[in-house]
Amino acid sequence: MNLILVSILTLVVVGALAAVILFFVSKKFHVFEDPRIDEVEAALPAANCGGCGFPGCRNFANACVKADTLDGLLCPVGGTPTMEKVAEILGKTVVAAAPTVAVVRCSGTCDNRPRKNKYDGVNHCFIAHNLYSGETGCSWGCLGLGDCELSCQFDAIHVNPVTMIPEVDEDKCTSCGACVKACPKMLIELRKKGPKSRRIYVSCRSQDKGPITKKACEVGCIGCSKCFKVCPHDAITIENNLAFIHDDKCKLCRKCVEVCPTNSIIELNFPPRKVKTEETAVEA
Amino acid sequence: MRTFRIGGIHPAENKFSAGQKIKTANLPKQVAIPLAHYIGAPAEAVVAKGDIVKVGQLIGKANGFISANVHASVSGKVNKIDVQLDASGYKRAAVFIDVDGDEWLETIDRTQTVVRECNLTKEEIIKKVAEAGIVGLGGATFPAHVKLSPPPGKKAEVLVINAVECEPYLTCDHQLMLEKGEEIMVGISILMKALDVNRAVVGIENNKKDAIALFQKLAKEFKGVEVTALKVQYPQGGEKQLIDAAIGRQVPSGALPIEVGAVVQNVGTTFAVYEAVQKNKPLFERVMTITGKSATNPGNYLVRLGTMLSEVVDQAGGVPADTGKIVGGGPMMGRSLMTLDVPMAKGSAGVLFIQNMESLRKKMQTCIRCGKCVNVCPMGLEPYLLMNQSEREMWADMESNKVMDCIECGSCSYTCPSNRALLDYIRFGKSTVGGIIRSRQARKS
Repeated sequence: MNLILVSILTLVVVGALAAVILFFVSKKFHVFEDPRIDEVEAALPAANCGGCGFPGCRNFANACVKADTLDGLLCPVGGTPTMEKVAEILGKTVVAAAPTVAVVRCSGTCDNRPRKNKYDGVNHCFIAHNLYSGETGCSWGCLGLGDCELSCQFDAIHVNPVTMIPEVDEDKCTSCGACVKACPKMLIELRKKGPKSRRIYVSCRSQDKGPITKKACEVGCIGCSKCFKVCPHDAITIENNLAFIHDDKCKLCRKCVEVCPTNSIIELNFPPRKVKTEETAVEA
Repeated sequence: MRTFRIGGIHPAENKFSAGQKIKTANLPKQVAIPLAHYIGAPAEAVVAKGDIVKVGQLIGKANGFISANVHASVSGKVNKIDVQLDASGYKRAAVFIDVDGDEWLETIDRTQTVVRECNLTKEEIIKKVAEAGIVGLGGATFPAHVKLSPPPGKKAEVLVINAVECEPYLTCDHQLMLEKGEEIMVGISILMKALDVNRAVVGIENNKKDAIALFQKLAKEFKGVEVTALKVQYPQGGEKQLIDAAIGRQVPSGALPIEVGAVVQNVGTTFAVYEAVQKNKPLFERVMTITGKSATNPGNYLVRLGTMLSEVVDQAGGVPADTGKIVGGGPMMGRSLMTLDVPMAKGSAGVLFIQNMESLRKKMQTCIRCGKCVNVCPMGLEPYLLMNQSEREMWADMESNKVMDCIECGSCSYTCPSNRALLDYIRFGKSTVGGIIRSRQARKS
């Protein structure tokens, strides 16, 4: 009986003593943390994807609170609605940023780009890229081994088993940029989602000369600059035998899509063209 | 018998082309001479389209200190300067020349007589070696003149000649030693003069007994040259391994062989030095081995640079029907080629046909922690650990585990009972860590 009493009493005394010490220590060494950081963090999507450029949502919240303006700070997952909430908490203003989405700039499917050799190594793009230029004649295109798929936390990008080219699920993609970093061929780009998700982009990264590109892939950009000449908005530049459409200047007129001889310019989510244009195309 | 202290393996030797006389390959119709080497900055083209060039004429000028000159290997008209898929699997700059006759520069001495006397000074020899565009012919293609000019404050004591040819299948160095023994010996004495050393050790693996006998006989006529027979062990041809095996000195981690007073040159390089200094002949041809278990006609061929490998292979009996993989170089360090339409480069030591069943990778299984890879690693690393860290992108840990010491010999992958792709992951980690280190140094300076 005595033994139990002694041990209980000892524990109580030790506990009380520790509580008192801890109380004073916590007062003495108290670090003031802006309570708004917690609020901002609660407003963020808690994906901790790193898409904003900060390691985790809390660090992004911290940066938001400390920053004078919210320019350049964007949570790609939450987009403008989240940033508006953050701005409300902090009493700052935010400029609505156009939502972006990942696009894969390669159309070298098995049909378009015949496989010339068989890769027998480890199933990782980065290792294959380290070894050689790939299974096809194109040294710029997609290797199809799915590093982007592995890197995506949101289940938004998948390699199509038939075409061996990754496809982005627009509804799930938060444009966090993980796949952009994962792709050793630098094929994935974050582009403006566009009105009604309508987008036009050059789906090729080949900087080889035209004949070489054409030989390796049916739908590669050969740098013929037809699109550059036809574009009324100066949105297209040609560099190193490759066309690039700047999404901030592009007005989605689709003229470049019509003139592209190799169909390497892709239009997404547009309504089907009028029959009339098709007829004129046939006549011409 | 001597060998290196740590690790090593002994794969089946399969030297089918041993004893085959060096045949001169036919002149091709067109060559594509690569301007880039495996190591160093690519050379800068000094000819233009339409120029008429002679054999041995300079067509690419070295671009920087670690870079080498490139010379025309044929005579004819420059067709174009364009990109060409080379053995690295990437398209790189090359000079295309349409062959017209075989007209050599007048300065090149084409006689077969051996010239023993060399009255040039140290500087003159190094200058000649640099002008001739000589690179290490063992495979790494490191410019030879860089090795011959040690950094200030460092002094070479011993010249080590790499005549081990530890790669299975390959026999080009072996055959070169048998046919050009005296020339190589003169080359060694020239290199000794250039380095100002009075001791040279030729390391030859014990599976080349005829070459050892020949060299021991020749060594009596040349002062300071020793010939050492070494136990057959892969990767004895690695610079650090060879220094350990031949002269018993260990190069510290991250240091160059000059730290222990050694300079290593390949036997093929030594022959090229002889030709450059005594015969004024720049490096534009080399001996390569065409071999394989089912190759109809395995042999050693003297090939001009820039010749398409497919043309050489056709002369050697073509690609065997049961080929599953074609490897440029030896089976251990070589890279598989995706096409034979790649030009012969200074580092191409061979073409190897691997049979269908042998060429396929086996299914990768989990690591059973047997430690065989640790046992065989010639650099004393822990390959299983490095692979795991590379998979998890733990670059800082890889750096502290000395991934940069890896010589990519592939002994770990060869020995792994679980068929793990150790080298692939380590090589990736090594290139990433190397990039991190370089950017760190750039930021510092």
